[in-house]
Amino acid sequence: MYLVVEQLLNGLQFGLLLFLLAAGLTLVFGIMDFVNLAHGSLYMMGAYFAATFVAWTGSFVLGALMALGATLLLGIALEYVALRHLYGRDHLDQVLATFGLILFFNDAVRLIWGPAGLALPLPTWLTVPVQIIPGVYYPAYRLMIIVVALAVAAMLYLVVMRTRVGMLIRAGASNREMIGALGINIKLLFTLVFGLGAALAGLAGLMQAPILTVQIGMGENILILAFVIIVIGGIGSIRGAFMAAIFVGIIDTMGRAFLPDLLRKVLSGAAASTAAPALSSMLIYLLMAIILVLRPEGLFPAAKR
Amino acid sequence: MKKAFWLAGAMALALAQPATAADSVKIGFVSTFSGPTAVIGNDMRNSFELALDHLGRKIDGKPVEVIYEDDQQKPDVGKQKTEKLVQSDKVDFIVGYIWSNVLLASLKTAVDSKTFLISANAGPSQLAGELCSPYVFSTSWQNDQTPAAMGLYMNQKGVKSVFLIGPNYAAGKDMLAGVKSTFKGEVVGEEYTVWPSQLDFSAELTKARNSKAESIFVFYPGAAGVQFLNQYAQAGIKAQIPLYTAFTIDELSLPLQKDNAIGIPGAQEWVNDLPNAENKKFVEDYRKKYPGLRPTYYGAQAYDAAQLINSAVVAVKGDLTKKDAMKAEMEKANFKSLRGPFKYGNNHIPIQNFYLQDVVKDADGQLSLKTVATIVKDDQDKFHDKCSMK
Repeated sequence: MYLVVEQLLNGLQFGLLLFLLAAGLTLVFGIMDFVNLAHGSLYMMGAYFAATFVAWTGSFVLGALMALGATLLLGIALEYVALRHLYGRDHLDQVLATFGLILFFNDAVRLIWGPAGLALPLPTWLTVPVQIIPGVYYPAYRLMIIVVALAVAAMLYLVVMRTRVGMLIRAGASNREMIGALGINIKLLFTLVFGLGAALAGLAGLMQAPILTVQIGMGENILILAFVIIVIGGIGSIRGAFMAAIFVGIIDTMGRAFLPDLLRKVLSGAAASTAAPALSSMLIYLLMAIILVLRPEGLFPAAKR
Repeated sequence: MKKAFWLAGAMALALAQPATAADSVKIGFVSTFSGPTAVIGNDMRNSFELALDHLGRKIDGKPVEVIYEDDQQKPDVGKQKTEKLVQSDKVDFIVGYIWSNVLLASLKTAVDSKTFLISANAGPSQLAGELCSPYVFSTSWQNDQTPAAMGLYMNQKGVKSVFLIGPNYAAGKDMLAGVKSTFKGEVVGEEYTVWPSQLDFSAELTKARNSKAESIFVFYPGAAGVQFLNQYAQAGIKAQIPLYTAFTIDELSLPLQKDNAIGIPGAQEWVNDLPNAENKKFVEDYRKKYPGLRPTYYGAQAYDAAQLINSAVVAVKGDLTKKDAMKAEMEKANFKSLRGPFKYGNNHIPIQNFYLQDVVKDADGQLSLKTVATIVKDDQDKFHDKCSMK
């Protein structure tokens, strides 16, 4: 029983982290109709900035905040210098250009920080396990990720649903041309949205960094999951991204946790041990395929034109 | 007319090739030079280059040409690169291979063309058994050997039960099988993770803790070892369940693992402080040539591979067509290995010692690895009976 609770928390934590990454991606894709493969690079840059600033300042929280600001600025600069020239082009051009950016960022990181990767050590108060209910201990840092991500999700909800900027973002998602025609500075709005997306990706990267390592190409595998999530959730929909991310996180973790034991009941030990990891990593793609068949628009599609 | 032109061109090429090939020793080197595990490939290249420096950049008086190829840690890419080296570069030797799955995919190409292949790391069980070949040598180990040594050490420590975690690919399966072959206690759980994409081990760690096992054994080479130790420490399991490892803590991962690695034992066939003259020179010169870096067992194995090639070429006086004589010479292991005692079994896998290593602070105040004890002497892999070479 405790095992299930703990694994659910693991899944929730993973899902929320994926949400941070997917939220930025879905905003940019949904509102600007822009496919940004370099989103994973921003995730990586967030981690590298955090590792650098935490080492400089000696404070985890301060370093993390500085890294968040730096990724926001980097996102805005990237949009201003390179990406805004690609909005009118078709998706294939955008994919090609942003794929180039992945290579650019990977090599830039190799030049600046070297190929070996960095470590982002946690302060001691975050490295102890916390007792959440009697008998169940959970790493304090993973708990913090859950809390921070939920807070960010709530803030995002308030900004998008309750503010004027949020109204424009939603309007942009449903009809881009029309809000331009109504005299809204769409260029500024796009820059802002892109910066926000970059900051969210950076936040995901810097929060993941102490669990994993800070290394070149760290954003590439996880970006695939983020794309799966926005497809499941419905492109452009933050609510969809949130639900789908938690869904994917929990299914992935539960699959890894319980599938091997289930398979061992049917198959021989060796075959089950081999098949289970492969099958559990397939689960989320199966989910995506089923949802694409049943609801091609995703679970919570953003209202369109 | 056109046909004749092409024919002439082809003949000119065909004639030109052997002429250049004969005056140099051509070596193809397949390893991982991009992505998160590129640091391992770089270390192997560094050590191989150092070995060539020590040989005076010449083998039996001939210049050496090394062609480095990046396998991207992918079996299909490794196979393509091996094909390129064999078919278009026509190399005399192929060296390298970190990953067992990459080596297994590339093996047939090398063996079919009768090109000598020297694995400087990967040691899949198949290579030691049914897929053994006269043209294939190893300067590393068979995968099961190192974890089997760890299993012996765990018996010495009186460990009663273990939870095994490893990646789901050829080497991961060999490694966990290796521990099981010698460990006398109970194996309460065995988990395989998706390789190399899975980096979050929360589900596996939770299961290990709940299994009430007395110990955990893991095999995670490269950056995954850093990630595993991070998560193991953060979950507070380090204070509860001791960890035993193979190929998880080395000089590349240690600067990132830092204090997380202290107190975690590992088994290894080479440690930087092994007390023989060749090894002292290797470690010293490596640190001189590559300031800020420290050599690893990957590099030591690549260094040995260069020495093995040298011994074979010298024995046939540079006549690289005498493959049988070269094979016979290599079987004698007529070179001074950095790890000390080294001889070949019938399957061309080394018979060697395995040591217990621990993480300590060295004279510079940096974390480094240190030999604590010899776990097993003159160990031979358990697949050599399945090899058809006698």
